[in-house]
Amino acid sequence: MAAKTLTIDGKQISADQGATILDAATDAGITIPTLCHLDGVYDVGACRLCLVEVAGINKLLPACTTRVHEGMVIKTDSERLRKYRRMTLELLFAERNHVCAVCVANGHCELQSLAYSLGMDHVRYDYRFPKWGVDNTHTLFGMDHNRCILCMRCVRVCWHIEGAGTKNVSGRGSGSQIISDLNQPWGTSDTCTRCGKCVMACPTGALFAKGATVSEMERDRTRLEFIVTAREKKQWIA
Amino acid sequence: MDRLRVATVWLGGCSGCHMSFLDLDEFLIDLAGMIDLVYSPVIDVKEYPEEVDVCLIEGAVCNEDNLEILRRIRARTRLLVSFGDCAVTANVPAIRNQLGLRNDESVLQRAYVEGAQSNPGVPREPGIVPPLLPQVLPAHQAVHIDYFLPGCPPPADRIRTVLSQLLRGEEPHLEGEQLKFG
Ligand code: SF4
Ligand code: SF4
Ligand code: SF4
Ligand code: FES
Repeated sequence: MAAKTLTIDGKQISADQGATILDAATDAGITIPTLCHLDGVYDVGACRLCLVEVAGINKLLPACTTRVHEGMVIKTDSERLRKYRRMTLELLFAERNHVCAVCVANGHCELQSLAYSLGMDHVRYDYRFPKWGVDNTHTLFGMDHNRCILCMRCVRVCWHIEGAGTKNVSGRGSGSQIISDLNQPWGTSDTCTRCGKCVMACPTGALFAKGATVSEMERDRTRLEFIVTAREKKQWIA
Repeated sequence: MDRLRVATVWLGGCSGCHMSFLDLDEFLIDLAGMIDLVYSPVIDVKEYPEEVDVCLIEGAVCNEDNLEILRRIRARTRLLVSFGDCAVTANVPAIRNQLGLRNDESVLQRAYVEGAQSNPGVPREPGIVPPLLPQVLPAHQAVHIDYFLPGCPPPADRIRTVLSQLLRGEEPHLEGEQLKFG
C-alpha cells in the first residue's frame, strides 16, 4: 500500500494510504481523545471529540473519519481544540440525565473519564432534564436512555460484528433514541441473540448487565477484541 | 497573614460532603490553627456573618430558603466554592426535574399523599417549611461561583488539596481524576 507522509504535532510520520488521521496518530504514539470510536468497528464520526486542526482548512475535522493526505499538517492540541472539546462534553452532559453518583458505570465510564481528563469541572449550559425511560424487558440486559450519548457503538457492533441488526436509531436531533427492532421492548425482539456485544461496547452506563448496581458495570472489551482479531488476522486467540 | 475567614453551608444535599470534610482527620487540627470557621452546620452560629473569605457550598438549590441564604452568602463572601456534586451539577436532588417544570407540586403529592400510609396531606407551614422551587438548580445557576470541587462526596484528600491551595493564597486548581464526578 502506498505510504503518505504528514506532520502531526510537529512530528514527521508516514501512514498507509487510506489510513485515518486517528490511525496515523495512534501509530505514532499521539493520543487524540475519542468517544464514539471503537477499535475494530467502522467509524461514523458521531461524537466530535476527536476534532483536529488541519493547516489550510478552516473547519475542524474529525480524526476518526478523515483520511490522511500527502503533506498534511495536523494539530491535535490547541487552545481552540480544547475549547471545543470541553463544549462538546458539556453539551453531552446537559443533553440527558447523568447522575454519576447513582450510575451503574460510575468509575468505569468513558464519558466520565474523558470529562475529568479534559478538565471539565462543571457544565456551563442549562441542563435539559429530559424525561427518558429505562427498558428492562430483556432477561439479561437493560438500557437506560438517560445515559445514552448516541455514539452508535451498540448499533455498529450489533450489525457488523454480531450480524443481528437488532439495534437501530429512531428520531432526529436530541429526540433520537436507540431502539430494538421496530421500536419495541428489547425483551420482545426476535433478532437479538443475547450476545451482549452492545453492552460490552457501550462507553457509558446506558447499556448494562442486569444485576449490576451503582459502579458495578465493568466491561470486558477482550470479548470484542477476540472477534475482531479473528476477523482481521484470522487468528483465534483470546 | 490574617487568618482566613472560612464558612461552610449545607443546602439541598445529604450532608455527605460535610462528613467527608470531617474525614480530613488530623488536618482538621492544622486547619483549626490557620482559619477562623465563622459559619457552618458544625458550629453554632445562626446568622451568616459579613466579610467572609471563602465559603464551601454543599447541596443543590432546592427551595426558597436555599436560594435566599445562597444570595446572602454571595453578597458577604469573597470566594464561593461549589462543594460536591449536588452543588456542582444538582445531582440526585435534581432527579425531580425530569418530571418537568413546576414539578414542585407533583413531587409533594407523590411523597405526602400518594405514598402516605397515614395522614395524607402536603405539609404547609409558612415561615417554617420553605416552599420548593419549581426546578432544582446547581449553585452556579443561582449565583456566581468561583471554584468547583466535584465528587459525591469529594474525597477528603481532594478537599484538602483545595483548602491548602486557598491557604497558600493560590488559585484553587484540580485536575485529572481529582475532577471526577460521582
Ligand atoms: S454514563 Fe458516565 S457520565 Fe453518565 S452518569 Fe453514568 S458514569 Fe456519569
Ligand atoms: S445482545 Fe447482541 S444481538 Fe442483542 S442487541 Fe445487543 S449486540 Fe444486538
Ligand atoms: S446505548 Fe451506549 S453504545 Fe449505544 S448509542 Fe447509547 S451510549 Fe452509545
Ligand atoms: S471519535 Fe471521532 S467523532 Fe467520535
